[in-house]
Amino acid sequence: MAEISNASAKSKGYLGGLALISVLLGLYWGLFRAPPDAYQGEVQRIMYLHIPSILTAYLSFFLVFVGSCLYLWKREKRDDILAYSAAEIGVLFTALTIVEGSVWGKPTWGVWWTWDARLTLTAILLLIFAGYLMLRSLTEDENRAASAAAVLGIIGFLDIPLIHMSVYWWRTLHQPPSILRPDKAPWDNVHPALLTALVINFVAFVLLYFYLLSQRFRLGEIKEEIKARLLNRDN
Amino acid sequence: MDFLNQTFLLLRKDLLLEMRRRESLLTMFFFGTLLLFVFHFSFDLAPERMAEMAPALLWLAFLFTGTLGLAQLFEAERGNHCLEALLLSPMDRGALFLAKTAFNFILMVLVEIVVIPLFWILFNLRSWDVIPNLFLVTLLGTVGFCVLGTLLSAVTLKSRARELLLPLVLFPLMIPVILGTIRCMESILRAGALGDALPWLRLLVGFDVIFLTVGVLIFDWVIEV
Repeated sequence: MAEISNASAKSKGYLGGLALISVLLGLYWGLFRAPPDAYQGEVQRIMYLHIPSILTAYLSFFLVFVGSCLYLWKREKRDDILAYSAAEIGVLFTALTIVEGSVWGKPTWGVWWTWDARLTLTAILLLIFAGYLMLRSLTEDENRAASAAAVLGIIGFLDIPLIHMSVYWWRTLHQPPSILRPDKAPWDNVHPALLTALVINFVAFVLLYFYLLSQRFRLGEIKEEIKARLLNRDN
Repeated sequence: MDFLNQTFLLLRKDLLLEMRRRESLLTMFFFGTLLLFVFHFSFDLAPERMAEMAPALLWLAFLFTGTLGLAQLFEAERGNHCLEALLLSPMDRGALFLAKTAFNFILMVLVEIVVIPLFWILFNLRSWDVIPNLFLVTLLGTVGFCVLGTLLSAVTLKSRARELLLPLVLFPLMIPVILGTIRCMESILRAGALGDALPWLRLLVGFDVIFLTVGVLIFDWVIEV
């Protein structure tokens, strides 16, 4: 057991180191190597952080859904820990996205916030999963909290397409996506130098995300172990 | 058939309890009326402008009164281990979900039947002829609210501060229903017909169907003790 956790700690260390290096490389590339945008100028560099953070946040909420389904199906504690960890980090990255978007929006659109569809959707996502975290912290019985949260994770995920549709019909002002466009390949639409910076940053964020997730997951496991040991001692 | 029978029995139990105690319905009704007064003091507008605000204000009133009802929804089962007894009985838990949803739906519809005309009277609106159509849209929205509300009311059943937690998790998920009903009602008030708001109506129906199905399927896990 000790050896296994040693080995996993070591690989986690490598993951963390890799994440750190790639984040630094991404920052360097985004700030110095990539040319400023033709229309937006220097402020466009925030995109190198903005897009990777929202994509990792989406990944996170998808993992919440997967973890929740698995937990309800198999009842294994680790799936629940996965869902909980992913939700926490997802909320963090969503909040980061909104802050970065705000900083970008002020010089570009002239406002910190506007009720555009994608902004609204992101804010609602933040609210839904903040509610998820609240539900967990306000439910004392652990198993009860786990299954209640799993149900909320599933409902929340199923609701996202409906919310998405409704806020899009409601209004749209955000730039149409430049990277994931249906009609053009990314390299036709975005200059390669900008795209490289974005890809590096995206890889960096994914590495960072999985590093944080593995740490948070380990924390959850340790909590479980301590609880089990306390229980054994008491008996 | 057994499933519907069970649902009906559970619904009958709740309705009987409500008729004897008259707790939820009366509080919801008076709270809804109270909100109309608050709105009147907050927005001192001409009747024509008020008609534009009507859908949003009505829905605010329904959301708040509905939440009040949801907070009470499982109150009867919480004491004396009634919930445990119910779960021990050989019934389908999906039936319990349907019965609770239907009960909350009936309460809200009873409140809405009074509050909508009252709104027209208190704010001196003249367009009485659109009320039946508005009411139909409201019914669809209410189904969505009750379905998701009942589900989440059961999810938060064992939490601390559950009356505070429930709206916190419920309202963000209700956005499609809120937007959908308000757009439909606006279009009815403006043009007298649904017109270009038809996609919204479809969205509402879709929401109702999806979460009604999910609710019946998932309730087994929601309500376990």
